[in-house]
Amino acid sequence: MTPVQEIITIAVMVLGTMATRFLPFLLISAKKPTPRFIRYLGVMLPSAAMGLLVIYSYKDVSLLSGTHGIPEMIATLVVIVLHLWKRQMLLSVAGGTVLYMLLVQFVL
Amino acid sequence: MSPTHPRTRALRAAFPYTIPILTGFVFLGIAYGYYMTAEGFHAIYPIAVSLTVYAGSMEFLAVGILKEAFDPLRVLLLTLMINARHLFYGISMLDKYRAAGRKKFFLIYGMADETFSVNCAADIPPDVDKGWFFLWVTLLNYCYWQFGTAAGALLGSVIHINTEGLSFVLTALFVVLFIEQWLKEKTHHSALLGLFATLACLLVFGGENFILPAMFVILAGLTLFKAPLNKAGDSA
Repeated sequence: MTPVQEIITIAVMVLGTMATRFLPFLLISAKKPTPRFIRYLGVMLPSAAMGLLVIYSYKDVSLLSGTHGIPEMIATLVVIVLHLWKRQMLLSVAGGTVLYMLLVQFVL
Repeated sequence: MSPTHPRTRALRAAFPYTIPILTGFVFLGIAYGYYMTAEGFHAIYPIAVSLTVYAGSMEFLAVGILKEAFDPLRVLLLTLMINARHLFYGISMLDKYRAAGRKKFFLIYGMADETFSVNCAADIPPDVDKGWFFLWVTLLNYCYWQFGTAAGALLGSVIHINTEGLSFVLTALFVVLFIEQWLKEKTHHSALLGLFATLACLLVFGGENFILPAMFVILAGLTLFKAPLNKAGDSA
């Protein structure tokens, strides 16, 4: 990307983010109830979006070459176990990331 | 000025609520700033993105997006999808923030997940001005994130350690957020739809082109199965 394209891309991210924050205040009357389909999406969409993000973050992992995704699998398991055990976001994220860095730099 | 100015009193009430976020935002902000500079961006990039976009997951994704080909429409759709949850924060805060007068603009601009959760759930004492309380929570959290990002970005441009594998911080963050979401919900249909529809699209369309089809399949799935999913959610 050229610098101008980068600025446009960041501006689009600001626009998209702020649209999601401001639209309810601009569109919805405080007096009328929220449409049912919107409420339904509000309940359902966050989980699906999180699932999408998880897969998105693995998109460059190759199972057929390199380390065959083994460091990713080990580190992900550790993140899950740490988080279910202690439920401390910082510990789970830091623990998994440090382990992954050690694995790809020194072990595999 | 008397020490019990409404502004001061609201700050005293608001600050304790933000302490967990202080730790979290500074740590994650440092990770973000360091990660983006380690990926070859000048320190000004993470700082500028944090000041303007101010949405954690999106900022981490920006690192990859800014390295890909220029495609503003795809970026807009991805941003709307990732941040769609804010729509529902806004819906929940309609009345509370409308009463805040001129502070409203910044309250909405700075409505990150953590800020929403505090302002939505906090038990504000009756002698504390609600508008000022909301503003302090929003402003403090915003500052924590900016501080973390700037510290990480500057560290990243000064200290060069072997950062191979640091990008896993993003994966770990999303896995943790996914688990948090999973533990909160009664049924997991939507979470599983998100995982497997996206995985299927990744396998079919490949790493460069799978996001839009995945978003389409998720929205179509949620729309088509609205009746049974609604039912399952109610009866669980």
